[in-house]
Amino acid sequence: MSAPTPKGVLLTPIFKNNPIALQILGICSALAVTSSMSVSLVMALAVIFVTSLSSFFVSLIRSQIPSAIRIIVQMTIIASLVIVVDQILKAYAYEMSKQLSVFVGLIITNCIVMGRAEGFAMQNPPLLSFLDGIGNGLGYGFILMVVSFFRELLGSGSVFGFTVLKSVQDGGWYVPNGLLLLPPSAFFIIGLLIWVMRSLNPEQVEENEFTMKPNTQPQEAV
Amino acid sequence: MAQSNNSIKKILTVAFALCIVCSIIVSTAAVALRSKQQLNQELDRKSNILAVADIYKPGIDVEKVYSEKITPRVVNLETGEYSEQHDPQRYDGFQAARDPAQSRTLSGEKDIAGLSRIENYSTVYLVGDPNDPQQIILPIRGQGLWGLMRGYLSVKGDGNTINGITFYSHSETPGLGGRVDDPRWKSQWEGKQIFADADSVQPAIKLVKGQASGETEVDALSGASLTSKGVSNLVQFWLGPQGFGEYLAKFRKGVSPSAVQEAGTASKATEGA
Repeated sequence: MSAPTPKGVLLTPIFKNNPIALQILGICSALAVTSSMSVSLVMALAVIFVTSLSSFFVSLIRSQIPSAIRIIVQMTIIASLVIVVDQILKAYAYEMSKQLSVFVGLIITNCIVMGRAEGFAMQNPPLLSFLDGIGNGLGYGFILMVVSFFRELLGSGSVFGFTVLKSVQDGGWYVPNGLLLLPPSAFFIIGLLIWVMRSLNPEQVEENEFTMKPNTQPQEAV
Repeated sequence: MAQSNNSIKKILTVAFALCIVCSIIVSTAAVALRSKQQLNQELDRKSNILAVADIYKPGIDVEKVYSEKITPRVVNLETGEYSEQHDPQRYDGFQAARDPAQSRTLSGEKDIAGLSRIENYSTVYLVGDPNDPQQIILPIRGQGLWGLMRGYLSVKGDGNTINGITFYSHSETPGLGGRVDDPRWKSQWEGKQIFADADSVQPAIKLVKGQASGETEVDALSGASLTSKGVSNLVQFWLGPQGFGEYLAKFRKGVSPSAVQEAGTASKATEGA
């Protein structure tokens, strides 16, 4: 791998090395918050804020962190930033924080944040780590916005809360698909997205870890 | 480089310094933003009360309108009388329900709303003249499909006609049971009667599948049988003898038909305002 450049760390995580689509991290919150676009946007901004600043601070003190307690040190920094974000949302975007509820707090357990702190910020200078955090947050946010676009459009017939497809309940023609409002539907959309992204970039397709042997015969259970 | 950091002294120094810095940042944020957050919560509660009373419009000064129009009072649920021993501005019935000294347990078939404990005193919010209110706003809560639903129910001054309902906190399925906060569904509560006749103690109001007919029936939410059942149960519970039944009975007896007429027109006037 070549040495990371500022532009590279900012842009590769969006398509080439997307944290959700390629590394399959941060799926839990991607299922939970994507039923409406505005909520997803706030969630994406919160994750960008936490990932970039935690990478920055971890990188800043990386030469001082004893390797024995490095995970705890990273967690403490991440948790503090998440609490700050949660408090700010409660004070300035109360409605939004009510909708996001527990998922702001759960950014702490988002593997993307932890992964960047441990995998990148511990070896790279602060500014580069900061950009890397922003890049990965953007990659996460990009998937979130795409997923929530389809879920909100097909599930409630609106985009960012503005009605596009008038639903039958309000006298229109569109019958909203209730499944898309439920978290499992995000699995389908993320799955399809991964398919599209890997078809466009065939180098993302992983090698099979195991090959099936062709010797299995269907047999009656004895 | 990393190895030299692993002495006990270094580990303790780094851990201690990090904890100090992080706790200062977190507590600064919490303290600096606390007053704003409490204001938001209070504002949210008050705008819900105004919304169920049909006074809320986007962009109004919630604080000002609330203090002008709403008078909170604490009611003894057993006798239905007002109580002076609690400050209505501070008393929180939801908190009191968890304190054994201020609440009682509900058992078996009495506990249709799935609450298990109920407070002895509860706060009501009166709209208009406190002695002859146009609307009485009652806090209600009960189990839905996934969890506790909390809201307000507004009753007209006759103690029998529903003016509106709202749920400000619930965890029902979005798009199905979650439509308890859908304005179209909520709007059909207006004008419904709680009791079938003047003498009954048990509320008749309920949610029915299919087309609701009559004064005491409301359309259930389609695709959300259990949420609808929960709403039905909690409304019946809070308006029944275990809840605000005694309190509402005073209004039902005390107001003569002509006064009902006046109260009705007066509340129309506020809606228009």
